[in-house]
Amino acid sequence: MKCLYGFYRPTSGEILIEGRQVHIATPLDGRQLGIGMVFQNFTLIPAMTVAENVALFLPALGIVLHPKAIQARIREVATRYGLEINPAAHVFDLSMGERQKVEILKILLAGARVLIFDEPTSVLAPHEVDGLFAIFDKLRQDGYAILFITHKLPEVMASAQRITVLRRGRVVGQLMRDEATPQAIVRLMLGAEPPPPVQREGLANEAGAPLFEMNTLSLVDEHTGIGLKEVSLQIFAGEIVGVAGVSGNGQSELADVALGLRRPDGGAFILAGQDASHWSTATILAHGLACIPEDPLRMEAIPGMTVVENMVLGEQLRYTAMGGLTMNWTGARKDAELFLNTTFVTTPPRLDWPVENLSGGNLQRVVIARELSRQPAVLLAYYPARGLDVSNAEAMRQLLLSYRSKGVGILLVSEDMDELFALSDRLVVMYHGRIVGTFRPHETTADEIGHLMTGGSRETTREGAN
Amino acid sequence: MSTLVQGNRTRLLFLLRYLAMIGLALVVFALLLLLFGKDPLRAYIDILSSTLGSSYGITEVVVKMIPLVLCACAVMLPARIGLVNVGGEGQLYMGAWLATWGALTFSQLPQALGIPLVILLGFIGGGLWALIPAILRAKGWLNEVISTLLLNYIAILFVGYFVFGPWRDTASANFPQTPKFVDAMRLPQFGDTRIHLGLFLAIAAVVLIYLVLRYTVWGYDMRAIGGNAEASRRNGLPITKTMLMVMFIGGGLAGLAGVGEVMAIEGRLRPNFSPGYGYIGFLISWLAGHNPVGVVMMSFLMAVLTFGGDTLQITQGMPFATVNIIIALILFYCTGQVLSAESEAVSYGYVLCHRGARRRIAGGHCRTLRRPG
Repeated sequence: MKCLYGFYRPTSGEILIEGRQVHIATPLDGRQLGIGMVFQNFTLIPAMTVAENVALFLPALGIVLHPKAIQARIREVATRYGLEINPAAHVFDLSMGERQKVEILKILLAGARVLIFDEPTSVLAPHEVDGLFAIFDKLRQDGYAILFITHKLPEVMASAQRITVLRRGRVVGQLMRDEATPQAIVRLMLGAEPPPPVQREGLANEAGAPLFEMNTLSLVDEHTGIGLKEVSLQIFAGEIVGVAGVSGNGQSELADVALGLRRPDGGAFILAGQDASHWSTATILAHGLACIPEDPLRMEAIPGMTVVENMVLGEQLRYTAMGGLTMNWTGARKDAELFLNTTFVTTPPRLDWPVENLSGGNLQRVVIARELSRQPAVLLAYYPARGLDVSNAEAMRQLLLSYRSKGVGILLVSEDMDELFALSDRLVVMYHGRIVGTFRPHETTADEIGHLMTGGSRETTREGAN
Repeated sequence: MSTLVQGNRTRLLFLLRYLAMIGLALVVFALLLLLFGKDPLRAYIDILSSTLGSSYGITEVVVKMIPLVLCACAVMLPARIGLVNVGGEGQLYMGAWLATWGALTFSQLPQALGIPLVILLGFIGGGLWALIPAILRAKGWLNEVISTLLLNYIAILFVGYFVFGPWRDTASANFPQTPKFVDAMRLPQFGDTRIHLGLFLAIAAVVLIYLVLRYTVWGYDMRAIGGNAEASRRNGLPITKTMLMVMFIGGGLAGLAGVGEVMAIEGRLRPNFSPGYGYIGFLISWLAGHNPVGVVMMSFLMAVLTFGGDTLQITQGMPFATVNIIIALILFYCTGQVLSAESEAVSYGYVLCHRGARRRIAGGHCRTLRRPG
């Protein structure tokens, strides 16, 4: 996709636009040919307004800005495609779904005819996804071509006319909507029969003391105003606690407090039976906490360092020799290889490769392997399947379950309902820094969870188990 | 294997381009000289013959290199974790100050104790002075760029107070200076040159920094913190400790430069004894991309230029400040080319090959630590 948009140049083959062969060397070329892309990570400038962000992207921007004219054009296109948004609003005030609308508006106003969406649903709440598909439909009827890249099968089935399956950089199959079934697509993606659905045995041992506990814990956050509000959460040995919620509703603050990066403003954080509210990060990690973060490259990896160097990050003292004068890289390589090989099904990345050159999926694997190599008692897993292909995502889920049966307590933060329902022993919903519901997965529905995670009122839901 | 070969070739290419940029700076300087009716060829010949044309010139270049290398190390070490130490000058003065205090107070000690004492005190003096901005930074109170810079002026005035006041040598009439140090406190000089013991300190500093960064666990911590402070914090790396440590050692090295100047070259403490070694050291480290080998090469170049600049005053009747023009031109071109190499590296995905070059963009380092933490 990035070839088409002009980020990378193809090494062979050709691109045809309206039957004409074209050379796309830069994103500008792509844009001039009417190709627009909505990225997974948005490219908006938060401090500017919607209209300003859109204006920045327009091809023929005069020296003097006409904010009124731009706002009028935005309104016109927006009402047509159900992209209503206030052009004068600042982007930092907007939700993820609204920002995505701005991204779409941007490329529409710039005259794009081919719209590429790279995993657009990963940042949306379930009802926002439906809204996006409605927009797709309207655009399609007006003659826009839409290229929708996603990992999620139901979304493909719900929105696409033609389905192309890619595996390891190859087109492995094309299906028309009518002939496509989820099973057929998965078969193409995996190259074999789909894995059996996740099987879980036994229930968590809630008789013992919890491994990880937050007691009416609060955190004030002046920037977002969300922080954490009286969060009470327990994780027992051998239990997976799922956290449902649109990202930015306190999930990352939860990890910040758990890792000792930020101090709670109220309540207590208890790890391994001791008050850990004021422990240092190193102490907390030494007591068996591990964390797979939401953004591994920014939060858990050193870009310029190699895979093996990243694998020992945080564990570097385990590999020192001669009192720190040298490091035992042979041992580190052996351990890194072992964990990278046993935790994943496909070939792991090379140990000497700098991690900044890895794909998102491979980087995710490196970080997961490292966190598991710590032999944690409690694992915080944030969107652990993000960026992984289907078979590795499945391997990752099995991995979580196997650690669960070894007695590890796992907090699974995810936006994938299927994943949450399949893996969780208990499911909590976060909204605006609060836990707004606790359920047993079999006692609730995705709709109910979705309602709560987008701020639905509590009266309409019943209190679940626990 | 192919990437390795590619890496070496790119590195060579990088070096060639670096030299070309320095050459370009010299050409532009020559044009400037022409504009003012001077003979540029003559000027360059004067610079070279006065520095490298005689054994005296060469030893003087080495004498100048000693404080430059040490001050550059004082910048290089903190820069590796994203700290900008502009305070080499002040740390140099405070190192000299504490060493002077030791030399005046314990003047009856034998040489075997006196020399280690002044070296140790010089190191501690510079180190403690650098620790002040490090603590302010670690607490999240004050950016070290500002604090290290401002502390320079305080240090210079502080030394001035002692030289004009309590430590002033009553014997030397109106000169503001301390009495001459006893021989037991003087760093030995070699033969009849002015090269002194500081040479070994400078060499040891460069070699040790190289080895520590490459092989030890502390070097690993530093590379990790410099590479991504956020990830390092989340993995429990000792960021604050490393910050304080690195600034202390860096300041200590600048302090050693002060000891060399005062205990070997001058033999007494005078106000304004440094012609800005701390600042030139800062420049050297950034030009060298905070690379130990590069620091030595750049120190050599700067030593030749600054010492050669003295000659220009005599032979061409040009003010000493003319040399600053060359230095500024070199800084200008080299940083420019480094930046372009960086953007190229990113756009073509040759990040691996340009890893050496990327470190030169210390902007990246700064960004990683600049977030309030």
